[in-house]
Amino acid sequence: MRHARAAIGLILTVWLWVGSAAGLEIEDRRHYPGTGERVLRILSTADLTVFDPFLAAFHRERPDLALDYSVVSSAELHRAIREGAAFDLAISSAMDLQFQLVNDGFAQDYRSAVTETLPGWARWREQIFAFTTEPAVVVISTERFAGLPPPETRQDLIDVLRDHPERFHGAVGTYDVRVSGLGYLFATQEARSTDAYWRLSEVMGRLDPQLYCCSGQMIDDVASGRLALAYNVLGSYAADRLAQDSGGRVRILRMQDFSNVILRTAFIPMAATEREAAGALIDTLLIAGLRESPGDWPLPPLGRASEGSGAGFGPIRLGPALMVYLDPLNRRAFLREWENAMEQR
Amino acid sequence: MTGTGSIGRRLTFLLAGVAALLSVLSWGMVTGLALEAAERTQDNVLAASATTIAETLRSEQGQVQLELPYSAFAMLGAISEDRVFYLVTAGEEMLTGYPDLPVPQLGPPSPGRVVFDTGNYRGAEIRMAMLTRLVLAGAQPVPVTVTVAQTRNGVDAITGELSQLAATLAVAFFLVAVALSFFAARTSLRPLNEIARAVSRRGPSDLRPLRRDAPAELAPLLAALNRLMARLGQSIQRSEDFIAEAAHRVRTPLATVRVQAEIALRSIEDEAQRRRLRQMIRAVDESSRSAEQILDHATVAYRTDDLARDRIDLAELARQTAKALEPTAAMKDIELRLETEPAEVAGDAVLLDSALRNVLDNAIKYSPEDTTVRLTVSTDGGEARMAVSDQGPGLGEGPAEALTERFRRGSNTEGIVGSGLGLTIVDDVLRAHGGRLELGRVKKGEGACVTLVLPLA
Repeated sequence: MRHARAAIGLILTVWLWVGSAAGLEIEDRRHYPGTGERVLRILSTADLTVFDPFLAAFHRERPDLALDYSVVSSAELHRAIREGAAFDLAISSAMDLQFQLVNDGFAQDYRSAVTETLPGWARWREQIFAFTTEPAVVVISTERFAGLPPPETRQDLIDVLRDHPERFHGAVGTYDVRVSGLGYLFATQEARSTDAYWRLSEVMGRLDPQLYCCSGQMIDDVASGRLALAYNVLGSYAADRLAQDSGGRVRILRMQDFSNVILRTAFIPMAATEREAAGALIDTLLIAGLRESPGDWPLPPLGRASEGSGAGFGPIRLGPALMVYLDPLNRRAFLREWENAMEQR
Repeated sequence: MTGTGSIGRRLTFLLAGVAALLSVLSWGMVTGLALEAAERTQDNVLAASATTIAETLRSEQGQVQLELPYSAFAMLGAISEDRVFYLVTAGEEMLTGYPDLPVPQLGPPSPGRVVFDTGNYRGAEIRMAMLTRLVLAGAQPVPVTVTVAQTRNGVDAITGELSQLAATLAVAFFLVAVALSFFAARTSLRPLNEIARAVSRRGPSDLRPLRRDAPAELAPLLAALNRLMARLGQSIQRSEDFIAEAAHRVRTPLATVRVQAEIALRSIEDEAQRRRLRQMIRAVDESSRSAEQILDHATVAYRTDDLARDRIDLAELARQTAKALEPTAAMKDIELRLETEPAEVAGDAVLLDSALRNVLDNAIKYSPEDTTVRLTVSTDGGEARMAVSDQGPGLGEGPAEALTERFRRGSNTEGIVGSGLGLTIVDDVLRAHGGRLELGRVKKGEGACVTLVLPLA
């Protein structure tokens, strides 16, 4: 099981968890000491390398607060909040899971001058707030694609994969939607929006696709040349930078026929005790999200969605429709179909 | 003014009260309708959502299957930011959704019909729509129930917004209504105020009936007022008639007494008795004069109400009046000297004669024996002046205006009989003709000059 090995590889540092939610699988954790006694506990799916600049900026603003930042998978986050784990802020890119938690009443209201300036599509019920828009992209290895035109649409991609099965066999990577909440969200939204998705899945399934839990490992494998192509990777500045650092070995492509854009969202869980501090961090994240120019932040701002960059698709809407694919019956049906397409061995 | 307050204010308050009541009622109605409309909208969307889900129900290998359609929840998200819950059960078995979601408990479920109910779930009020469909699973049909629920924040928000709008409109309506009430009260009371003004504009002796159009409600008041004035006029007329009659009846016997006294005076030689008789004659003269003045006064009061406007030459009038008073003057060896020029005025000859006679009579009465009383008629600008000057004691000290008051006599008239009505009559007559009375002295400390000023015709 490649994805399991990949998951293990990602876990750099694991502390023993002694919090209220026993058995929480923490992938990474960092403590930012504060001058005061108050501790703001943050549960997030974002890697520290991506999120550290935000936390550092907030820590400069509020040096009195100690920050306790734990990185977990989106499914773990969902489970922990549902079980009432004592965190003051939940941040995740899995919009559907985040939305369901808020819908089911696990979030508190928060209002501030900053949340008022947020566009309507970037918040829901004064409870959940989006601060980035991040597109799903295709990452290709230029070496493995040598001599082939880079695909611009799914149809291009289907043609390329179908025409060169020997070149791409075992070298196509994508999310394992059974373990990755974000992968599941991408797959379901795409299946809903374009009928090319299932044809592409069929083609990929014949090429012995490699399945991953997370974007980082996929990008690494493309950079090292183990993968020719990673499909539906969460594109962000980190990926862009990686592509630049690779010296032209990695290219980021955005499909022109359709492209998912997700919102990374934050909310204050019902069990939060440091509401004021959590609200202040939300404000900091929103101010960063509302910035005009991309700047030096590792995550793209909200504004890029409305600019119409790429193919000009708006972000996935924050609304009850997100819960449709979380329904156990729907999920079972979708996974059955996905497995049929992907695992043709 | 005491009593029951202003009708206008009461009317305004009453109308404003009605307006306030209507404002509150209309606000309540709009709020109620807004709530109803918002609830129906939500019900319709919930019903559509439940129906969309129910349409995906099917049977596969004896098992009820369904697939939640994306649109079923997308439509719920489109109208408001309300939390969504759902539950699908087949018979007693839950297929999917929130297992603890309450479902409408409204009688037995009837297939194909959507039922609604309101309840509480996870700390929030929810609206539920439930739809039951029979699905043939295996051998027999299974009733499958789809319940879709939503919190009511959207309904509350819309209702609150419309209610606030309605409240603003109701307040505006109320303010306009108060202004209109005030205006209406003033308008409906205007005839009353006009009648009041018409009555108060009248002179003290004007008792003619009010002839003006009045609203039906005020006609009885106007009629009553006119009847009262008519009765008052009759009453005054009667008392004046009575006084005149009394004066007249006193005067005639007095004349007889005077004639008899004069005859007796001629036939009696005894000086002491003659003196007594002369005193008697003088007293009879004064009484007779007083009775005459009372009659004159009554005549003036009667005739000025409906003043005649004949053309009269004051010079002619002065000659006749002087001639009539010649015998009286002769008794005191007083010379009446006339200096006239023609001066025409419009007026009542009887009244003017009466006025002049009073003035001349006064002059003769207060002049010492063997003096001259001058009567001059002249014109000056647009006015005719009849001046009577004597060589008597003058008008005494004190304000000249006081002399024209009824029954008031000068401060230097002790020893002379008089009623005090003379100058009052003169003043009344002149005022009725638009003229005036001027009182002055011929020389300082000696003699009086009384001038009757009248506008020329």
